[in-house]
Amino acid sequence: MIVKVEDKLFLDRFNVDDESHLRLRDGEVCFARCEDQPCLYFCPANVYKLEKDRISVNYEGCLECGSCRVGCPHFNIEWRFPKGGYGVRHKFG
Amino acid sequence: MDETFDAAVVGAGPAGISAACVLADGGAKVIVFERGEYPGSKNMFGGVLYGNHLRQIIPDYLERNCPIERNIVESRLSYFSESGGYSLIYRDRAFFDERRNNAFTVGRAKFDRWFADQARAKGAVIVCATVVTDLLRDPAGRVTGVRTDRADGDLRAKVVLLADGVNSPLAAGTGFRPETKPENVALAVKELISLPEEVIDERFGVSPGNGVTNEIMGNITWGMNGVAFVYTNRSSVSIGIGANLADFAREKARPYEMLETLKLHPMIAPLIKDGKPKEYTAHWLPEGGYDTIPRLYGDGFLIAGDSAMMFNALHREGSNLAMTSGRLAAETILEALKNNDFSSRGLHGYARRLHESFVLEDLRKYRRFPSFLETHKELFTTLPRAACDAAREMLTVDRVSKRTKQSLVWKAIRGQVPPLRLLRLVWDAWRSVK
Repeated sequence: MIVKVEDKLFLDRFNVDDESHLRLRDGEVCFARCEDQPCLYFCPANVYKLEKDRISVNYEGCLECGSCRVGCPHFNIEWRFPKGGYGVRHKFG
Repeated sequence: MDETFDAAVVGAGPAGISAACVLADGGAKVIVFERGEYPGSKNMFGGVLYGNHLRQIIPDYLERNCPIERNIVESRLSYFSESGGYSLIYRDRAFFDERRNNAFTVGRAKFDRWFADQARAKGAVIVCATVVTDLLRDPAGRVTGVRTDRADGDLRAKVVLLADGVNSPLAAGTGFRPETKPENVALAVKELISLPEEVIDERFGVSPGNGVTNEIMGNITWGMNGVAFVYTNRSSVSIGIGANLADFAREKARPYEMLETLKLHPMIAPLIKDGKPKEYTAHWLPEGGYDTIPRLYGDGFLIAGDSAMMFNALHREGSNLAMTSGRLAAETILEALKNNDFSSRGLHGYARRLHESFVLEDLRKYRRFPSFLETHKELFTTLPRAACDAAREMLTVDRVSKRTKQSLVWKAIRGQVPPLRLLRLVWDAWRSVK
């Protein structure tokens, strides 16, 4: 089944910071050493997308679960919380 | 910030706010840091809180208009294949009246904010939109305060309580807890589906204000070690599904696709029909159990709640462990303030209190449960399918004799789950929960 996660993220409120709180330490690693690229699948917000020659980081819709930080087989994702007050904002929780 | 506090708490969730309430009641000067814009704005869980544990902190929580969604009167445990499923339902009159609010659903954005307001009324200082980025330490390594992402954001405190939840880069970064291993957490996604209150009453067979919890296992987690749930709120239904993060990475499964598939299941679809999705959230559950609990205290600090991996995976209890551990941490801090000893020795009472309480006793009892699930993947693959095939064949009324049906069903089950494996499963299950 193809599900557009964008439709789900559209329901959420975000206070987006100009600066990303997620960063790939070394973009080369994703292609040279990471065969499975599991971040493309398990991220519940589909933050990581495969582009022609790189993986893009769409931090704006990040749900801040932390999965990519510990699930990246090469610990190649630098992860911090968005600045105080930024990021996702639950209405119900 | 020049002021010195008795205690600084990281995180305004159930553990942190429980601690802040008890500390403020005890006359301590306490400050709580919350990274969200308001308490609860970053928090999510399945949805159930427990009256007994809340009452120990706020005895008159009902009079204080605690934002309860529905009082739980019925629990359902379900076992699903892709096309069908079994459900075991238990409902009791006691949960309607004398044990009312034994368990109830809440939305965290409302509840955590209300809970923090209670702490504030008692004198605690709650500072929102502030991330604690590091801990301050003296040359001997004792924790002496917190560093935040505010300008001039260092704050000294006699003791720091880490109650910042299961996803804690702070604990990992400062070495208070080893960085989480994917196999020790479940990743869960949840959708809030809005429905009129009376429609929920009717579909779940409850009177206004009462509700139902439903835990579901089986093929719905696509062979991964996981669980799904449906909880009723006042005018919405929470539907969620989660699985072990290491399994997710291995299977290359997309959590939101798994959620959408669950929503189409014949036992689920009618419950949420015509509902409008209102929110989509994701969170970890600390599923590693007793053996993943870190060192709980040291010189100048303690750890409580999800940060300390306190979660009972079998009974899906977490918020009560968080509230209780937060309260016990606060009692320990009050004792340390009296003795003016914030060293590891001065905070030793925390471990004793936890060991004497149900918190560590329960977690110790089920310490084998996480590995039981991890080593019996047939619970999520062949077994639910075989069990549901059996029921479907037995319930199909045709011209095949019952004896023939029975032998066909047994043959099919044996073909999918060898009898010895089945015995092993029952034996291991019993050992993991005894």
